[in-house]
Amino acid sequence: MSKVIVVTSGKGGVGKTTTTAALGAALAQTGQMVAVVDFDVGLRNLDLILGAERRVVYDLINVVQGVAKLPQALIRDKRIDTLSLLPASQTRDKDALTDEGVGRVINELRERFDWVICDSPAGIERGATLAMRHADEAVIVANPEVSSVRDSDRIIGLLDSKTVMAEAGKHMPKHLLVSRFDAARAGRGEMLSIEDILEILSIPLLGIVPESEEVLRASNLGTPVTLANPATAPARAYFDAARRLNGETVPMVVPSEKKSLLDKIFGRRAA
Amino acid sequence: MTLFGFLRRRRSAPVARERLKILLEYERCLVSQVDLIAVLRQEIVAVVSRHVTIDPERVQVSVDRGREHSTLAVGIEIPNANGQKAA
Ligand SMILES: Nc1ncnc2c1ncn2[C@@H]1O[C@H](COP(=O)(O)OP(=O)(O)OP(=O)(O)O)[C@@H](O)[C@H]1O
Ligand SMILES: [Mg+2]
Repeated sequence: MSKVIVVTSGKGGVGKTTTTAALGAALAQTGQMVAVVDFDVGLRNLDLILGAERRVVYDLINVVQGVAKLPQALIRDKRIDTLSLLPASQTRDKDALTDEGVGRVINELRERFDWVICDSPAGIERGATLAMRHADEAVIVANPEVSSVRDSDRIIGLLDSKTVMAEAGKHMPKHLLVSRFDAARAGRGEMLSIEDILEILSIPLLGIVPESEEVLRASNLGTPVTLANPATAPARAYFDAARRLNGETVPMVVPSEKKSLLDKIFGRRAA
Repeated sequence: MTLFGFLRRRRSAPVARERLKILLEYERCLVSQVDLIAVLRQEIVAVVSRHVTIDPERVQVSVDRGREHSTLAVGIEIPNANGQKAA
């Protein structure tokens, strides 16, 4: 059974595209068939993060409009052959995407892939609602910072009202991925703690990705961080998050010196 | 600066947490309230229109959020004379 995941946040620049690439690659590295779909029409970046920017011919809008067939638009990764990218259009307007057309393409992707991971644009407008519309589950990326947490709360509200699942009266599973976490600053009380964020948003934690220069290095190289350097802290965090998405139970590694915090996180996730 | 003042300046996260909690409590019910008012308004117009001809534009539904209870106010403008439906 294939699963459609939307990676969303409300706030811009929190790490959605980085997360889509890293989770997509991590799942594909286990041999499962994965498609990552860029919904950021006009500001596409997933192609660049995956090092496929020079191979884009057709895009999501072309497929939605029937100008290209899905297999023509999909770009297969040269390093992980189970990973494919459906790029966004760089020149067209997001209004060229229709709800019905997107639904059709997502259904076609479901037939070919185990995972379809949709990289949402920032904001709460049409582009973001279209990206979440046909999802089965959501990964909400948040930074430990007030405006990001507030926007996450807003996005949770939209996931519970504007999606096909919500309209059918079903509950959409949601996962919180805290990114750009700085353990030292959180420890000094300068930054919202994981506990604070979980208490405020009350959705289960999928992972904690530390602030790391490895992420910038990986994007410079056009390689997802899980492939660029699998041993680094952000790569390990994404590998663990991918396993949790897969339904495995993986102990949460909190980037912190304080052990008591780790215990508290465990208690919360189990509850 | 005293040590106490120094600590208070550094530990800004607890302030952030409290501000967020209060704000989100308010914003969450704001969203559901907007939906509720739209639904109430629609249904009130439907019920009243069965008996009296009214202009849907001239129906006002508002909520006044109080500390212990809130007040729902409905204002419907009904035209005088031959406003009654034939049936
Ligand atoms: N864990 C991290 N550590 C350090 N830098 C990071 C981390 N995650 C993301 N970044 C950096 O933050 C910036 C924004 O990341 P990204 O493009 O993934 O965010 P986004 O949510 O997709 O943005 P947008 O809303 O514009 O689509 C990039 O420069 C990226 O390299
Ligand atoms: Mg992005």
